[in-house]
Amino acid sequence: MTQYPTSPVLEPVAGQEKTLVLNMGPQHPSTHGVLRLVLEIDGETVVRVMPEIGFLHTGIEKTCEAKFYQQVVPLTDRIDYLCPMTNNLTYCLAVEKLLGLEIPPRAQWMRVLMNELTRINSHLVWLGTHAMDLGAMTVFLYCFREREDVLRLFEMVSGQRMMTSYFRIGGLALDPPLGFFKKVKAFADRFLGNVDEYEGLLTGNPIFLMRVKGVAHLSKEDAIALGATGPTLRGSGVDIDLRRDAPYSSYEKFKFKVPVSNGGDVWARYVCRVQELRESIGIVQQALAGMPEGSTKADAPKVVLPDREKMKTQMEALIYHFKIITEGFTVPAGEVYQAVESPRGEMGYYIVSDGTAKPYRVHMRSPSFANMQVLAKMCEGRLIADVIAAIGSIDVVVGDIDR
Amino acid sequence: MALTPAITDLEQLKSHPAVARLLEWNTAAVQSAKYDRDELTIWVDKHLIRDACAILRDNPACPFDYLCDVTAVDWFPSQPRFEVVYHLLSLSKKERVRLKARLDDEGPVLESVTSVWPAANYFEREVFDLFGIRFTGHPRLERLLMPDDWEGHPLRKDYPVEGYR
Repeated sequence: MTQYPTSPVLEPVAGQEKTLVLNMGPQHPSTHGVLRLVLEIDGETVVRVMPEIGFLHTGIEKTCEAKFYQQVVPLTDRIDYLCPMTNNLTYCLAVEKLLGLEIPPRAQWMRVLMNELTRINSHLVWLGTHAMDLGAMTVFLYCFREREDVLRLFEMVSGQRMMTSYFRIGGLALDPPLGFFKKVKAFADRFLGNVDEYEGLLTGNPIFLMRVKGVAHLSKEDAIALGATGPTLRGSGVDIDLRRDAPYSSYEKFKFKVPVSNGGDVWARYVCRVQELRESIGIVQQALAGMPEGSTKADAPKVVLPDREKMKTQMEALIYHFKIITEGFTVPAGEVYQAVESPRGEMGYYIVSDGTAKPYRVHMRSPSFANMQVLAKMCEGRLIADVIAAIGSIDVVVGDIDR
Repeated sequence: MALTPAITDLEQLKSHPAVARLLEWNTAAVQSAKYDRDELTIWVDKHLIRDACAILRDNPACPFDYLCDVTAVDWFPSQPRFEVVYHLLSLSKKERVRLKARLDDEGPVLESVTSVWPAANYFEREVFDLFGIRFTGHPRLERLLMPDDWEGHPLRKDYPVEGYR
């Protein structure tokens, strides 16, 4: 950080240098949190972009090392606060893989259902803020109106709107309450019409098209070499989606298409995400149609907390509850890397266990962190206004680039 | 889905394209390998890590062309103390492999893989910032998350977590 001054400095005009260093952020509305971009500009043209990250440093990985395995779940909500369930899921899957634990079908399908609602929630925030960065206020209001519906569904199952912590190691926290599926169905039935509405406002809008088409281009080779992920990678023509290619949580039983676009510009990434909204609704409807009956917790009394009712009647349940809360549970030594397709791309957890009740090391491979590296490639040689479009198109969440 | 014992016999793991290619290139590069919980780990000689990555990226049978992640684990106080972990993915074959390099406590240095994948840039800076492992040949090895004047490397196991800095 010392390399760049914190206030804009105008270099002397006499001869050599005519560029200007300009700070965008850390609190610019389009930087979605605390992201600081140091721009070197020549007139309106961006010569260099240096993202400076770390303003939100929370030390989350270090904190994980001091917690029991089950106590890490609420922390994973905080890393990417727009898709808490995806992060819960990745972490739980990783620990379940370490334990060799099998999850009942109903819990698996509920995980798929909630995960896709989370994707819709996250993409709605992206669409709204991206459109607002480019000057379209109405879409922002519409998207947040629908997002409210999703948040109410989250609140119904978990009691929380944003930091849900709904998934547990070994299943779910609770079975969804009565009337939940009916509400999800009502939401899913009307949501496609809402997507049409957003597209009606943006897809044919000449101002929007001029701001996004051909802007912030990223070629396929660059996208792979720089480690872009998720819709940013698929927008550059790489056909990969972990839900289809490395299925987890019974995703192999669902039918959906993976939207891929060859454009590599902001428009291509916009199209990919809007298509994903439609595909996600399809998955939600399939999950509703085929939701199995049965338990939502694995049969592993030493890992999964017992039901409240059992604790009142069975001594063993009370003992296990007490032991899990006070001592945690031990996990066999080993290491796993579990990756999940989050709304932003590949979210991976690398967990090392040394055989105790606390993880020896938890590393979070987050998609925004990987995507930040392509920003410079996208913006250099373009106008400042295009930087705004580029940031929106890679869908940065600053909690996600933090460790 | 009960846990099965890990396979550590190199002969049995030769069917994996990454092991086969590395052994074909240089038998000294592969120190050991382990197949555990459906995941393959290869311990690579620390002096050969960049070359091994380049070999795997250009492997014609199964190109590991995508770098998912670089991170490290601190095994303080045992020696060798650090393990740097690389997660590779083959976009076309959907295979994954984990490479590891062991490093000693005294001035841990490793060759940077930014020349193989530019994506390693931030990952290696993060490892440098939080573990103090240096990467030679990195274009801009500076602190990424912590302030420039921060003392110590927070993810080391002997970093104090309480009290004033």
